[in-house]
Amino acid sequence: MLAALDLVRDPELDEPITTLGFVATCVVSAAGDVVVRLRLPTYFCAPNFAFLMVADAYDVVSALPDVRTVDVALEDHFAAGQINAGVAARAGFVASFEGEAVDELDELRRTFVTKALLAGTDQVCRQLIAAGTDRADLAGLTLGDVPPSAERDRLLRRRAELGLRTDAAAALLIDPGTGSAISAAGAPKYLGMARLTRTGIEANTGICRGMLLHRYAETGAGEEAQG
Amino acid sequence: MYEKNGEKYYVVDSHMHFWNAAPDNWVPGAEQYAKGWIECFHAYQSLAPKETHWTIEKFMKYSEDDLMKDVFEDGYVDVAVFQPTYLKEWYKEGFNTTERNAALGEKHPGMFVHNTRFDPRDGDPGLDDLKRNVDRYGSRGVKLYTAEWNSGSRGYKLTDPSAYRYLEKAQELGIKNIHVHKGPTIWPLDKDAFDVSDVDHAATDFPELNFIVEHVGLPRIEDFCFMATQEPNVYAGLSVVIGALMHARPRFFAKVMGELLFWVGEDKMTFGSDYGIWEPKWQIEGFVDWDFPEGDEFTDYPRLGVEGKKKILGLNAAKLYDLKVPDEYQLKEATPADPDDAKLVSS
Repeated sequence: MLAALDLVRDPELDEPITTLGFVATCVVSAAGDVVVRLRLPTYFCAPNFAFLMVADAYDVVSALPDVRTVDVALEDHFAAGQINAGVAARAGFVASFEGEAVDELDELRRTFVTKALLAGTDQVCRQLIAAGTDRADLAGLTLGDVPPSAERDRLLRRRAELGLRTDAAAALLIDPGTGSAISAAGAPKYLGMARLTRTGIEANTGICRGMLLHRYAETGAGEEAQG
Repeated sequence: MYEKNGEKYYVVDSHMHFWNAAPDNWVPGAEQYAKGWIECFHAYQSLAPKETHWTIEKFMKYSEDDLMKDVFEDGYVDVAVFQPTYLKEWYKEGFNTTERNAALGEKHPGMFVHNTRFDPRDGDPGLDDLKRNVDRYGSRGVKLYTAEWNSGSRGYKLTDPSAYRYLEKAQELGIKNIHVHKGPTIWPLDKDAFDVSDVDHAATDFPELNFIVEHVGLPRIEDFCFMATQEPNVYAGLSVVIGALMHARPRFFAKVMGELLFWVGEDKMTFGSDYGIWEPKWQIEGFVDWDFPEGDEFTDYPRLGVEGKKKILGLNAAKLYDLKVPDEYQLKEATPADPDDAKLVSS
């Protein structure tokens, strides 16, 4: 069950809700009744991201074999009532927040996968530079030039989610919107943005983890020890 | 004033508060929000050194004496800028109003700058309030909280026509500095809650005003930096950056500082303690001692020296608020040149 929840990511932090400590409890009865309780670092964490995580958790649990009933709920959040009712009714975000939202969250999710792609590109490029690649040559590299690593796999998954090329001949540095290769002249600014995006995500993760630790003494299900 | 290794730092705390979030101030029916809000703030305090943590009871309502001791007596601050946050949907008398701040500030002439606020959803009466506050308290700056709840609305954007009307009025009244806080749950909820593009537009359309983005747009530092690098009148308010990261997450702090120095620059960064979330003392001491850690990941970033720290801790904000800084705290290069030298160069 936790392995399934590992697939649910905080869209902004780009990390599984399990390792972040957002899964308070996860209980499966012998008959296949699943009860998952989620928690967040603050009472006022953005409701749109919260909704995505609750809905995604509901979806991955429901898809497992031998599951009879599914009860996924967010706790200790100002919009928990609306989010939980909306997800349980499979109502979608707009219907759950009638009058307060007009679009579903696909666009928002895409925006953050784009950021994750940029941050992931920075991770891979730093490994290449550390291994001796000249920074000025990065624009000419393809995915085939990148040695296998967990970071490379992760980058390929983000590219696939955005419908972008993942084959060995595809350029490493690409515009996440169009998929076109970044030129050598455009590379310094692009790499600066990639580094900046990664810094933003990491700083947020740091703050969120610190706040969660203050809010809850108990370790979450599948939570990773803090480094 | 803070002194270390023979260097004297003039300190302007450009972002601090004097709030009342105790249960006696909670709006009946909205208690869960009032409580949730202050508990959320209190969680931020947990990111500071342990010996500076307060109990939740003290945190909800600290005294005038606490503030004067923590900020001025122990905290090295020369001038502190009150940044009000109203939240009247949750707190009966408001969380931290212009009036509450001024009642304290007026007892200590010269030590505080009294900023006020506005909310464009308040219509014509709000414009009258703004004028009254500027007349009464001499406000040169406003704090805007775009995510504030107001009569069923859960936020606004600076690009709303009503907001432009207020910005025009503020400018006419002599307001110079717009401190913008980007916070959670902006309406409509389906959009990115921390989007800073409205600041981008407003900064372009109001070039005479300065826009200080408090908390540097965290958690959207990348959007903020990219915008600030293109807008000469956009500043990075370091409240929360130092408080939440310097002690608890030093490597992330170094990276965020590096990015800010790279994209925004030391001339457009201002210190703010965000008191009472965090006390200024440890932040100022730690910041003056701070340098990048060892490691390849920090080599891209511009270095920050004593002069840069002097600008960030006080001189930049002193410029924004026309505060008179004694000569001994000025940068050495800022000493006026001998007029004879100037003649020689120009002839």
